[in-house]
Amino acid sequence: MIEEKVHISEELEPILKQVSDPEIPVLSIIDLGVVRSAEFNNGIAEIKITPTYSGCPAMDVIGDDIKAALLEAGYKAKVDLILSPAWSTDWITEEGRQALEDYGIAAPLEASADKKALLGETQVVKCTNCKSKNTQMVSQFGSTACKALFKCNDCQEPFDYFKCLI
Amino acid sequence: MNKDSLIKYILGIADNSLILGQRLGELTGHGPTLEVDIAMTNISLDLFGQVRSYFQYAAQLSEDDKTEDDFAFLRTEREYVNVLLVEQPNRDFGYTIARQFLFDHFHFLLLNEMQNSKDETLVAIAKKSLKEVSYHRRFSSDWVKRLGDGTEESKRKIQLAINDLWRFTEELFQKTEADLEAIKAGIGVETDKIKGKYLENVSAVLEEATLQKPKLEFFQEGGKKGIHSEHMGYLLSDMQYMQRTYPGMKW
Repeated sequence: MIEEKVHISEELEPILKQVSDPEIPVLSIIDLGVVRSAEFNNGIAEIKITPTYSGCPAMDVIGDDIKAALLEAGYKAKVDLILSPAWSTDWITEEGRQALEDYGIAAPLEASADKKALLGETQVVKCTNCKSKNTQMVSQFGSTACKALFKCNDCQEPFDYFKCLI
Repeated sequence: MNKDSLIKYILGIADNSLILGQRLGELTGHGPTLEVDIAMTNISLDLFGQVRSYFQYAAQLSEDDKTEDDFAFLRTEREYVNVLLVEQPNRDFGYTIARQFLFDHFHFLLLNEMQNSKDETLVAIAKKSLKEVSYHRRFSSDWVKRLGDGTEESKRKIQLAINDLWRFTEELFQKTEADLEAIKAGIGVETDKIKGKYLENVSAVLEEATLQKPKLEFFQEGGKKGIHSEHMGYLLSDMQYMQRTYPGMKW
């Protein structure tokens, strides 16, 4: 578990909570853990975000959405992309994990279980539809960079699994 | 070390990902199955994401007003310093997988070492990329095993591909002047240190895949010096088309 202190000003948090990942609209960027700091500096809101995956095309949109949301609330904003420390699925909040499950994306398992799941050794990823553990991985790479594709052997539904990065 | 050499060192790493990313991108909509198609383009996307970080850093270091796009789209063939391996075409699926496999194992070890660099930005990129490349390496290794230990035809094809591409593996560890300077400054990765592990890891997968490790006396090189194979020009004409046709265009 990578523990990292996040500095988010109380004034800015509710505004940032309204911004979501365009690929996963139910998940706010705060719950996704991509906002690493949000503080005022000389009256300008300075936001630092980190990508889930290097090539994540959502980052540009997220940056623009943050600026738009803050502008609407009457703040000037500056958004910086930082790489270090690298994002980890551990940073997704409990609330965020629940939102993912409700949306039909299985939340990431802990690292060792994830490795087993992706290697097909054990079936531990629960179907988001019928909650069965009788699932199998179809592909390590899914509809976006951060997801793998699974299917349920009981209800036959395909579903996304949010890959674990630690 | 001086900035020019550092930029050269960065491009030596970035260009491999750029050109391989472009090769994989060619498969968009052409993968043998939907899942593999998505996987290949996902890997391509990861590589392009990493390249952007490298090029943004190089642009920041350069004296003139270069941007990441200048590095990607406005260099001539001789100015690209990727290894020959990554520019080889997608002849068939086995060939594409073999190329990926031989590169991923190198890429993983390189990034793993780069985490100890004295350059903070390179450390950050390495740590970020390593997580992604672990998935790439697992994907290509799994496919090498599946094809090698698969049907007669799949085995024949993947073995042919490994045999053909093996001659490009030595160049992965070659060092340019910029590489040597970077190593001396504690920034670059001493590739001698990872070569043994590379051969060991690759051999282990080949053995499990019931494939033979090629025995070669002669290796081909040139890419790191800007001397590319005939395939490179075609790749660049495709990749640079928009910027060459509409100079300075923006999305």
